[in-house]
Amino acid sequence: MPLEALDTLPDGPEKDYLWTLNFGPQHPATHTTLRLILTLDGETVVKAVPDIGFLHSGFEKLGEDLDFNQYVTIVDRMNYISPIANEIAWHHVVEKLMGIDLTPRCKYIRTILAELARISDHLLCTGAQALDLGAFTAFLYGFQQREVIYDIYETISGQRFHPSYTRVGGLLYDVTEEFVRKVRSFVQEFPATHADMCRLLNRNRIFVERTQGIGVLSKELAINLSCTGPIARASGVVRDLRKDEPYLAYGELQNTFKVICATDGDSYTRYLVRMEEMLESLKIIAAAIENLPAGAVNVDVDSKVVFPAQTSVYRTIESMIQHFELVMPNRQWTPPLDEVYGAIESPNGELGFYIVSDGTGVAYRARTRPPSYIHFATFPYLIEGHQLSDVVAVLGSLNIIAAELDR
Amino acid sequence: MPFDTIITALKGRFADLATSEFRDNRRVVVAPAQLFDVLKSLQEEHGFDLLFEMTAADYLKYPNAVDRFGVVYGLLNTVTGERVFVKTVLNEPDLTLPSAFSLWKGADWLEREIYDMYGILFDGHPDLRRILMPEAFAGHPLRKDYPLRGRGERHNFPVITRANS
Repeated sequence: MPLEALDTLPDGPEKDYLWTLNFGPQHPATHTTLRLILTLDGETVVKAVPDIGFLHSGFEKLGEDLDFNQYVTIVDRMNYISPIANEIAWHHVVEKLMGIDLTPRCKYIRTILAELARISDHLLCTGAQALDLGAFTAFLYGFQQREVIYDIYETISGQRFHPSYTRVGGLLYDVTEEFVRKVRSFVQEFPATHADMCRLLNRNRIFVERTQGIGVLSKELAINLSCTGPIARASGVVRDLRKDEPYLAYGELQNTFKVICATDGDSYTRYLVRMEEMLESLKIIAAAIENLPAGAVNVDVDSKVVFPAQTSVYRTIESMIQHFELVMPNRQWTPPLDEVYGAIESPNGELGFYIVSDGTGVAYRARTRPPSYIHFATFPYLIEGHQLSDVVAVLGSLNIIAAELDR
Repeated sequence: MPFDTIITALKGRFADLATSEFRDNRRVVVAPAQLFDVLKSLQEEHGFDLLFEMTAADYLKYPNAVDRFGVVYGLLNTVTGERVFVKTVLNEPDLTLPSAFSLWKGADWLEREIYDMYGILFDGHPDLRRILMPEAFAGHPLRKDYPLRGRGERHNFPVITRANS
């Protein structure tokens, strides 16, 4: 029953048999803090009203106070399952605003990291979806590989969870041989874990029966509700920014990967799309790491947008002045006085930023287009008419990250 | 359909329509009174079927700004991959826009967020409540006259001690 129809039902004894259940905000299956007010007819969900905002911490307000490099530590904490994808999105838009063209090496490194983030995100999402339905093992297999990805983050930045690795015009540090070695060994070892997870779940009778046909999102509804990413692709919307609007090195790696699409649009299909996307990501990583260009990782220092090397800051007055100019709040970058929207294909869908610039190094307005927020709005449409126990099956397949949901 | 044809078609129908461009963002600037018709025309006649973004900005402290608020709609054509931004400006005291909910259900939460953060009202929205801030909260936190550290909400937060509980 659609939401609008319910409101037209008369109040009073006709509705007395319905009962209300508060699901969350702290429930193991919500994984983070979100609340659902479910109106139930026996065990059938008649109406679901999401109540969010428990984790709202004013990220966008902070974005109007912190400069382009500082704010990367905040965007890190939005989708903390794949933090580096947020960083790449943020600096992608900042660089679009300033018209900076990255070096080939930087583009390739960012591409590899973005794909590692996608694998890491999908591993958690599919694993947690299985976990909520009672299959613990697949979740643990997935987490073992996520640890490997965390190790790679640690190698490049010294931080496992929130690397804060990108900078305007480049990266914090160049990558080392060890990074290349670790990524290569990940590419070698990951398919075995993936195959294990597939063997555990793809034809698992309990898993399939609890997800197939549950939470069906039609193509029309997916478009009307602004869905993007794996959720839209599972409903037959053939959109992937990596193919449609290539950024970073995706233009050059165009032939190494396919866009995974399906038409069923149920929880099971969303799971399958994510599982297949991981293998495509692995192909991109394998191709990118073998063709990693040599050269500088940051744009030319003369462009005045990147910090000079530490040694030259200590030894030459020009570099010291440039460093000083970039850290002083009243100097910094001078982007054009305009506004720009840019987006990347994050693991969860289109992750965009809308920056209004007033010509200073701090965004005048730093809006995030959060895929979790937009996807969670579809939840009432997906769950109505299903059983209470299906709530977790649908919620798990949407991959809602509350920190990104509430910001 | 190439973008210029869309603009010509729109300009034929709506008189004072401005356009601007920055990087790959192409914008149509319309008056609030025409907003709904422009959105409807873009959706029905030009195939912009996905509302991928909707946001607002407060230009209170923006250099040389004339208008107080700007609201931006980002539309995408899922077949051709074209994007267009529709922008409109608002000034106090009349902070009301027509709701786009009847065109895109996805506008539901996006409009609620703009209402919550900026206090812009959407006429025809089925359920215009605060979404991120608590219901009892006063003020709209993303407005530029709202201080970064709040207006003492945290400082004056009523703490219940163990003795009083």
